[in-house]
Amino acid sequence: MMEVRFSGFGGQGIVRCALITGKAISLYDNKFATMTQSFGPEARGGACSSQLVVSESRVLYPYVTVPGVLVALSQEAYNLYEPELGNGGILIVEQDLVKQKPDTGRVQVFPVPATRFAEELGNRLFANLVVIGFFAAVTKCVTPDAVKKALPELVPGRFLKANIQAFDKGYSYGNEIMAAKSGASVMADAMSEGVE
Amino acid sequence: MVRKVKADPKGVLEGPHFMDGDHALAEGALAAGCRFFAGYPITPSTETAERFAERCPEAGGLFIQMEDEIASITALIGGAWGGQKVMTVTSGPGFSLMMENIGLACMTETPMVIANVQRGGPSTGLPTLTAQQEMMQVRWGSHGDYRVIALVPDSPQECFDLAIEAFNLSETYRTPVFIMTDETVGHMHEKVVIPPASEIEVVERNWYTGPKDQYKPYKFGAENHMPGPMVKVGDGYRFHVTGLVHDERGYPQATVEAGKINITHIIEKIDSNADKIIRFEADQLEGAEVVVVSYGITSRIAIKAVMDARKQGIKTGNFRMITAWPFPEKQIREIASKVKAIVVPEINYGQMVREVERVAGGRCKVISVNSTGGAVHDPSEILAAIKEGRS
Amino acid sequence: MNQNANASFAQDNPMSQFLRMERMPHIWCPGCGIGTVVTAFAEAIKKSGLDLDKIAIVSGIGCTGRTAGYVKLDSFHSTHGRAIPLATGLKLANPEMKVVVFSGDGDLFSIGGNHFIHAARRNMDITVVCVNNFTYGMTGGQMTPTTPNTANASTTPFGNYEFPFSLPFLADACGATYVARWTSLHARQISASIKEALNHKGFSFIEVIAPCTTLYQRRNRLGDGLDALEYYQNDAEIAHGIDTREVDIGYQSKIKIGKFVERDKPTYLENVNQKYTNVLGDEYQLYGKTTPEKEAEAKAKAEAAAKGAV
Repeated sequence: MMEVRFSGFGGQGIVRCALITGKAISLYDNKFATMTQSFGPEARGGACSSQLVVSESRVLYPYVTVPGVLVALSQEAYNLYEPELGNGGILIVEQDLVKQKPDTGRVQVFPVPATRFAEELGNRLFANLVVIGFFAAVTKCVTPDAVKKALPELVPGRFLKANIQAFDKGYSYGNEIMAAKSGASVMADAMSEGVE
Repeated sequence: MVRKVKADPKGVLEGPHFMDGDHALAEGALAAGCRFFAGYPITPSTETAERFAERCPEAGGLFIQMEDEIASITALIGGAWGGQKVMTVTSGPGFSLMMENIGLACMTETPMVIANVQRGGPSTGLPTLTAQQEMMQVRWGSHGDYRVIALVPDSPQECFDLAIEAFNLSETYRTPVFIMTDETVGHMHEKVVIPPASEIEVVERNWYTGPKDQYKPYKFGAENHMPGPMVKVGDGYRFHVTGLVHDERGYPQATVEAGKINITHIIEKIDSNADKIIRFEADQLEGAEVVVVSYGITSRIAIKAVMDARKQGIKTGNFRMITAWPFPEKQIREIASKVKAIVVPEINYGQMVREVERVAGGRCKVISVNSTGGAVHDPSEILAAIKEGRS
Repeated sequence: MNQNANASFAQDNPMSQFLRMERMPHIWCPGCGIGTVVTAFAEAIKKSGLDLDKIAIVSGIGCTGRTAGYVKLDSFHSTHGRAIPLATGLKLANPEMKVVVFSGDGDLFSIGGNHFIHAARRNMDITVVCVNNFTYGMTGGQMTPTTPNTANASTTPFGNYEFPFSLPFLADACGATYVARWTSLHARQISASIKEALNHKGFSFIEVIAPCTTLYQRRNRLGDGLDALEYYQNDAEIAHGIDTREVDIGYQSKIKIGKFVERDKPTYLENVNQKYTNVLGDEYQLYGKTTPEKEAEAKAKAEAAAKGAV
């Protein structure tokens, strides 16, 4: 079982990240995914977060407890959620927006210039798809095929192609990073004990 | 007479979806043939109304945003006698406002479905956080004696499935049926599979087709107290509907005797058919030392605790109520006679546990794992109660 | 009255097509104005030529609220204040119906006030008839939102110190597209107004000032029903088309009556249908048919086909 938290500030497409990934996993990757998010005025602006619990069998407890993966796209989100990331967990940060604490080796850090990549593709709004691509490559939690199948109803039709490009960009960048890490599985430490 | 037909394909969004419980409720209602929805925005239920508003034109239905929840529920009574299958959805404060006219719906035997996406109370409470605090209000909230049917889904998929079930029960027993979901189920996204219309069975309204001059809107004292057939306005029956105690013609009768017949009917049509209405899931009750009885989202947390207990060698059974009302008395009584303890976790300060205690009647320990609302339990709290129950 | 006399009364009564004679006698007091309004309503329906099967009546709670129970139409006696939302549901679920709300001032404008203003705002295609007797009759003569300032009521035993609603002004301001006021003396005019309102497209409102002899009249030492009619005779002034800001009623003051508002505006359902048709084109159809209706149609079609074959 894998617990994932996507976090950032309002407008970065944080909820959409979890929706796309959750839909891809549960509809097209033949696994179970439960997605939750914070609601209400307290959840608008400031640090925004959405959560995904992924499992080979039915998810029971719907919320994340000790996330194995944290995606932090803003400084505030990083400050708030990094401490709860499990030991050995995967931390994906937007490297241009998050200034990290000195690395103690507690967690595995994967920086990605998602916003810059998205801007190169024409619009910073695609940054969340770059992140999903990068996330897919690093965690192997979701397959690229499944994400591409999940996209059509979740992004505006006229931006579908651009979103797929953004995903591919993040995915190939993620693969480069992983190849540099000589293929060692980063997942083992990030998995939590699931209920089968 | 219960008449089942295949769902109207216009309302069925066939296929797998990644959907939250609130949206799934709207889809279930549309699949069940609901074509009239009156509602008022309230967190965390609004998504159901929004979904219905968006989907109803192509399904051939109507959505109206009423001025408040009192108007919403009352419009449903009009809508149902106008000939439609009708629904509203709300949360705590709105549910409180609906109470009087829920009584009118019970008294006039008007089929409808009311979903309550429960949030933390009392008062404005915790609008965006989960709870199960209206489990007694749904049963007793309107004044006077009556019975209700209340279903409790534990997932978006079950929101869809039970919405159809709720409509079917409401048509079968001519009574309001409640879906007591909660903020967690309402807002969490999971896979929801909507089957093709040809695989969805819906109960048609029991339309009267006999001679016009012999029609009576109500039927008291039938076999199993089953309700009589309905007509709709405009069909020439010129019937009367009132919230006063009435006879089979629907005419007010202010007598003790008439009250006895009328009220006995609305109570007995549920009580005498309880076995047919009650739905539950039971697992490893045989030989169990402790059984956890739960419902809705709490059931999913309870299973986790039950599995942990079993790993530790405690013979633990699991009982999930899908129908909270009518209460599964027989099943709980039988469990109580065989186990050391029943553990009842709920996201309230102890509501359904009172019913468990009543039915257990001292045969076993009953342990409440209560909460002031806002969050689901930590499975370890339930595990601790299981251990306590065994000792 | 013995059984036979009762039966013959029921048969001979000119209202027997319109009233549930088996429910007579009614509960209203001698001198009460509600009966006059019900009779005028019956006359209006007769003259309108409308199919009685296609008219539904909805009442709230109170003396006037009992009307639905006596009238031989599809009829609904709802909860206190909630006649209008029930009527809204009926109309929207079954748009071919004419839906009439028949209730009192306390029911429609105190506990039910919110529903009134919103139905008027939406131009919901229903007719609301309010019998305004300035008091809660059923509960024993308490103050209502229309009780004139200074009038005595059981809850204002020293005289009413609140300001009342002027109902035509309220209706007009909220968007009603037909507004009239009469007194129970003006039976024929009430009837003509109700007939007009039934044929009016949109939200129509008719206020009828009527005496509550047992409570309002007696408590204010205003005499009996006849004295009330004399007051109406002397002090009601016809003022068709007058600005509704000028029609408020003071204690035993002049009463402006007539048709104050009549205007054309799309109804709620017209707007819904327009929007949905814009979105879906000709595909759009509100509601399907019930199974018996579908079966009856199929049967009629088959029979017609069989006839054609012969």
